[in-house]
Amino acid sequence: MALSEQEILKGLGEIIEEIAGVEPSEVTPDKSFVDDLDIDSLSMVEIAVAAQDKFGVEIPDDELKNLKTVKDVIVYVQSKDVSA
Amino acid sequence: MTSFQLPTGAPGARILAFGHYQPSNVVTNDDLAKTVETNDEWIQSRVGIKQRRIAGPEESVVDMAVQAGGKALAASGLSPEDIDLVIVATCTQEAQIPNASASVADRLGIVAPGAYDVNAACAGFCYALSSAADAVRAGSARNVLVVGSEKLSQWVDWTDRSTCIIFADGAGAAVVSGSDDAAIGPVVWGSAGNQADRIFIKDRTGFLYQEGQAVFRWATTALHPIAKEACERAGVAPSDLAAFIPHQANLRIVEAIARKLKAENAIVADDIVNAGNTSAASIPLALSRMIERGDVPSGAPALLIGFGAGMTYAAQVVRIP
Repeated sequence: MALSEQEILKGLGEIIEEIAGVEPSEVTPDKSFVDDLDIDSLSMVEIAVAAQDKFGVEIPDDELKNLKTVKDVIVYVQSKDVSA
Repeated sequence: MTSFQLPTGAPGARILAFGHYQPSNVVTNDDLAKTVETNDEWIQSRVGIKQRRIAGPEESVVDMAVQAGGKALAASGLSPEDIDLVIVATCTQEAQIPNASASVADRLGIVAPGAYDVNAACAGFCYALSSAADAVRAGSARNVLVVGSEKLSQWVDWTDRSTCIIFADGAGAAVVSGSDDAAIGPVVWGSAGNQADRIFIKDRTGFLYQEGQAVFRWATTALHPIAKEACERAGVAPSDLAAFIPHQANLRIVEAIARKLKAENAIVADDIVNAGNTSAASIPLALSRMIERGDVPSGAPALLIGFGAGMTYAAQVVRIP
């Protein structure tokens, strides 16, 4: 079963709460990591690593720099999701 | 063929005492903001450093090692003549030749010991400590002075705001002796030479360069399993650790490894806040200061993990002297 947008969003909310202390309800698809959620590049690396553990999708640094919004990560994870 | 005679080593090894030295010159984030485009808030949020110590132009890696080594030796209760091996971990000497350890020994009045330097970058102290423990257990030495001493400031580009805010100078030292009980646990060490281009100095006139984000990713993913393995191999649960002293690379790396290690009863060293990243000196410097403040009781188990350029890493559990 491929991961749904809702499943990825929920998982990301948990990850971002643990790493950056952001309320999961704040983590919505339209939010920008840097501008809206105040997450810096090092926290993005930690989020990418945690996302790999949770979703089984690797996000290398050169891909990570293009993922600006929560939606970008959801789309990326869905596009690489091997269970799809 | 008959086997050669071999010496009888000690059953175990332990640390008798620590000592440390920091240059007197304090450089704050506001000081750096006068010369490069940065600010206190940015530095503290990215690397966790408030201030660091920078050696004077005439103060060398050997000078700082002598200060730290002399204090460790005095605190150990041993005399210079008791020491028969000196190991200095450093990667920032002024020149490659001569090594630091023989000069350090000479200036401390230690006559004709075995003397060699270790370059395993920021993992250097843990490598040197392991070698010292092995030497006393094998009977190659009775008492070893182990020093980490670094003058990163002479290899840093002071116009590069990505590195000059991080690196600093200082030294820490330990005296290692044989003992009936094993009070220095087995080392778990290794390297990842396929990532050697992540942190380097290109040539003699070059400056220290690092790919910060890639190093951060490596440090926050590859090292907590090594830390856990060092605990397992010593027979100590992470929850039994009284202190965790990772290399003081970046406070956020320190916190990420600590979080994943789940050593909930351990004090986690955060010496980087006031000392900066001093490479091979950071672990003995942090631990020596921790002991001086009375933060950890004698005999308590503490986990050390060094990691850095190479990439190299090494971890072991030790008992606080």
